[in-house]
Amino acid sequence: MKPAPFQYAAPESVEETVALLHAHGTEGKLLAGGQSLVPLLNMRLARPSVIIDLNRVRTLDYIREENGEIAIGAMTRQRTAERSPVVTRRLPLLADALPLVGHLQIRTRGTVGGNIAHADPSAELPAVLAALEGSVVVRGPGGTRRVAAHAFFVSYLTTALGPDELLLEVRFPAHEHQGSAFLEVARRHGDYALVGVGAVVTMAGNVCQRARLAFTGVGPVPVRIPDAEAVVTGKMVTDGVLAELGKLVTHMIDPTGDIHASAEYRKEVAGVLARRAIRAAAERARMKQMRMR
Amino acid sequence: MKKRTGVVRRTTKARVVTPRRRNPVRTDAAAPPLVTRKEITVQVNGVAQTAEVEVRMTLVDFIRERLGLTGTHVGCEHGVCGACTILLDGAPVRSCLMFAVQAAGQEIMTVEALGTPDRLHPIQEAFRDHHGLQCGFCTPGFLMTTLAFLRERPSPTADEIRVALAGHLCRCTVYQGIVEAVSDAAARLRAGTPTPAPRARGGARE
Repeated sequence: MKPAPFQYAAPESVEETVALLHAHGTEGKLLAGGQSLVPLLNMRLARPSVIIDLNRVRTLDYIREENGEIAIGAMTRQRTAERSPVVTRRLPLLADALPLVGHLQIRTRGTVGGNIAHADPSAELPAVLAALEGSVVVRGPGGTRRVAAHAFFVSYLTTALGPDELLLEVRFPAHEHQGSAFLEVARRHGDYALVGVGAVVTMAGNVCQRARLAFTGVGPVPVRIPDAEAVVTGKMVTDGVLAELGKLVTHMIDPTGDIHASAEYRKEVAGVLARRAIRAAAERARMKQMRMR
Repeated sequence: MKKRTGVVRRTTKARVVTPRRRNPVRTDAAAPPLVTRKEITVQVNGVAQTAEVEVRMTLVDFIRERLGLTGTHVGCEHGVCGACTILLDGAPVRSCLMFAVQAAGQEIMTVEALGTPDRLHPIQEAFRDHHGLQCGFCTPGFLMTTLAFLRERPSPTADEIRVALAGHLCRCTVYQGIVEAVSDAAARLRAGTPTPAPRARGGARE
């Protein structure tokens, strides 16, 4: 199928984009990398009357280090972020997850901001942002505001973005001194995750001081389970602790089944991945500690 | 005079940026007009192509229907099959997930630029020799991704090849032959020998 007719504008600055959103926000749709939106247009599952193409807004393409955070411009291509030495060094969890976002050809076009703003419940980057407790910067007619990850993801494909608002940048807290791992199970490399998990741990010697887990593919938004994080916190990461963690995650997580995987299967996989991710993250943290000594 | 290489894209970029620099503090920018048609110029296989297009025309339809370059195939039209893969400024993209207007000022390479029936590209030869295709529908996409992939990783492992090609579907199920073809194409490109002797698989041929 071919897209239904629409009107099109390609602004060259944030200001022009804001003006367009102000004029056409409710009937229009922002086009970033287009790797999720264009399929919807081609299949006529979405028929916006106005498309605002962000691809000429060059000022939204950057990776900056600022006060312990890495700010990634919304229009930075996933492939660019994947190859960035700053991301590799200071955002190892994001570096783990990026190669899993779609296929090579998708990441060439797909953007970091688009992946976050689309808020697909099976996408990797929202879980990364949630695990790191990062935030996004949003620009609207009233100015700029910052929204924390937990407040930004509202439901399936729904965020706190207003119809006249634009995602400017995604801010990931740097975590080069912590241990992290992103793992997922998908039908084939590059497919959406059946279940995925991002884990970040702070280790003091062999003891885990703090653990964060964020799951994707098992709920409308990235899922955190504070009780599961508490199981590991303040303890040595032993097989026994990990087994307890896995059991608790499987018990508490509440995914829905679909044609790709049943709810029971997703629960089981979530428990196993949580265990593996915390183990891998703790090992990486210990290796970093050894290197620093 | 500067060399012509890459001039097209840079000129466009410069032209796009200049007006904003002249007026950097403007905050109440006017909304640019909405259009349904637009004239674009795209560099396709080294030739500048100018055309007026409807904004909803996908890049693959532009390449096939307006430029008559039917080597790029339309498969699923939602980014799953990989048949429409082309190189945009040297990087592989799905041409069904882009609009032609978005390619304005950029450089496109399609399978037509890879080789000719008389003079196949080493990647095409390797696909032929390893039975990396049967019906051939998916092949142009595989070839373009392989070209970009081998530029970045001249000596890939079989696992790396599988990951790089995961975004392509082949329904004649010759994936094993494709992986072998890419591996051999890498060897041919490294050796710089464009036409090595065909290799029979499993001794079944000749």
